[in-house]
Amino acid sequence: MNIFDMTIHQLHGALKERKLSSVEATTAMLDRIAAVEPQIGSFITVTAEGALAAASAADRRIAAGECDLLTGIPLAIKDIFLTEGIRTTCGSRILDSFIPPYSATSWEKLRDRGAVLLGKLNQDEFAMGSSNESSAFGITRNPWDTTRIPGGSSGGSAAAVAARQAVATLGTDTGGSIRQPASHCGCVGLKPTYGRVSRYGVIAYASSLDQVGPLTRDVADCAAMMGAVAGYDAKDSTSVDTPVPDYGATLNEGVRGMKIGLPKEYFIAGLDADVQKAMSEAIETYRRLGAEFVDVSLPHTEYAVATYYLIAAAEASSNLARYDGVRFGHRAAADGLLDMYTKSRSEGFGSEVKRRIMLGTYALSSGYYDAYYVKAQKVRTLIMNDFISAFADVDLMLTPVAPTPAFRIGEKADDPLLMYLSDIFTIPVNLAGTCALSIPAGFSADGLPIGMQLIGKPFGESTILRAGYAFEQATEWHRRKAEITAIT
Amino acid sequence: MKITVADVEHVARLARLELTPAEKELFAGQMASILGYVDTLKSVNTDGVVPTSHAVPMENAFRDDVVRPSIGVEKALANAPDRSGSFYAVPKVIE
Repeated sequence: MNIFDMTIHQLHGALKERKLSSVEATTAMLDRIAAVEPQIGSFITVTAEGALAAASAADRRIAAGECDLLTGIPLAIKDIFLTEGIRTTCGSRILDSFIPPYSATSWEKLRDRGAVLLGKLNQDEFAMGSSNESSAFGITRNPWDTTRIPGGSSGGSAAAVAARQAVATLGTDTGGSIRQPASHCGCVGLKPTYGRVSRYGVIAYASSLDQVGPLTRDVADCAAMMGAVAGYDAKDSTSVDTPVPDYGATLNEGVRGMKIGLPKEYFIAGLDADVQKAMSEAIETYRRLGAEFVDVSLPHTEYAVATYYLIAAAEASSNLARYDGVRFGHRAAADGLLDMYTKSRSEGFGSEVKRRIMLGTYALSSGYYDAYYVKAQKVRTLIMNDFISAFADVDLMLTPVAPTPAFRIGEKADDPLLMYLSDIFTIPVNLAGTCALSIPAGFSADGLPIGMQLIGKPFGESTILRAGYAFEQATEWHRRKAEITAIT
Repeated sequence: MKITVADVEHVARLARLELTPAEKELFAGQMASILGYVDTLKSVNTDGVVPTSHAVPMENAFRDDVVRPSIGVEKALANAPDRSGSFYAVPKVIE
């Protein structure tokens, strides 16, 4: 077995039994990154030197008998996470040379357990996008078909797992940015409940929706990563102080007797035939495993995308006001202070970011605030109530992650509205603030991965991980590997 | 929904953005299309519905008012595009 094909659990076994050192594993990953990066473009920054130093330190810990599950495991994280002393761009020119003075809590938790950082992953600029095409540092290609997008905004985080450039990665999900790329790249991705993982040190896009989560090769690794990053953080006032369960401990409990809801609004006419087929087969698999299906309704689903783009854009326009050229980031040569703000922002931000700032500013501006922003917040309440009603009858819900498999590079680049609609099945979960898992559930006729979404109740991560694990044990989809071919 | 170039210029001014003539034209069309789409929300009856600002209902999170170590001037200024002593320097504001 290639070292770069190993899961966290497999690599941990090898490290613990001293069949392999972390330096050897890290070197293998760095070699793999060098070999396939020209075709894929998952990384913005590779931290080879720091990775090897961290691997040596991990090997010393292991030699001293300290071999935690994550000790010596080479990981990579989205470039939205602040890393002290390591350039952090968030995919934007405006942060081209930004070196953070502190680190994100979620990354510190992994690092403190001995994880090795291979580098910082490519993403849509400020996490605004569904294709990784808005990155200021070049596009990322889907390892399954390099003419297609990997999804976004955590496109590098998903592509790096699928291309075996990292054992596991961290991403963020504001409207589907972990689940949609995980689905398109054939890996496992978890968007935790809002407040479950600290957002401290994560560059803000839409603060009431942003959440940190893992992307991995299988569900057991996902549970392990989730357990490592979850938990209360006094530095994030929205983090919730409830105990973190042992997600790995209940994976084996199966789905017999579980009630799974099928929201009718997610199984609409026009759903891609291959996606529909994969969902039908997944439902059959779960029936065979003893789960029971219940038809449910989330009646305000059709309003979710509109609600999301008003709320997210409004929050973004406020959050991104901090990029003014004064304290950090790009500063343009200018005549006077106001001119400096305007020129620095206009030179530093890309087109999609400007579009969302404009939309958000409009929705918050005098005369439109009630009609757009407050109206969207009210519809958000109705969407949340839909989930509360549906969850009165079921333990979890099963839906597609995306209406189609990965689309072609450039296909939706000129039509922002069409791009926004590709997140139709993931956005409602962020508005409701609950959790959802994306796991491989099939392939299209032309060999593209198709993901299934398991939506859980707030703080119901254990339930969806357990259901995902049961599915994974009964299927082989997650074992398929992308064969990376040269770009033609 | 009609968005004029003058509307775009007004919003750009509020957002401290400077757009090229081509960007103004492009954004006018794209914003009209996006706002036309979000107008579907107008058909939803929200009488008596309380707006949601956060997914998890919470009160303000307080901590004890005690002095704690901070990152310090040098670290804080390390990314400053321009500095003057222990301050950020910006173009002159008052003539």
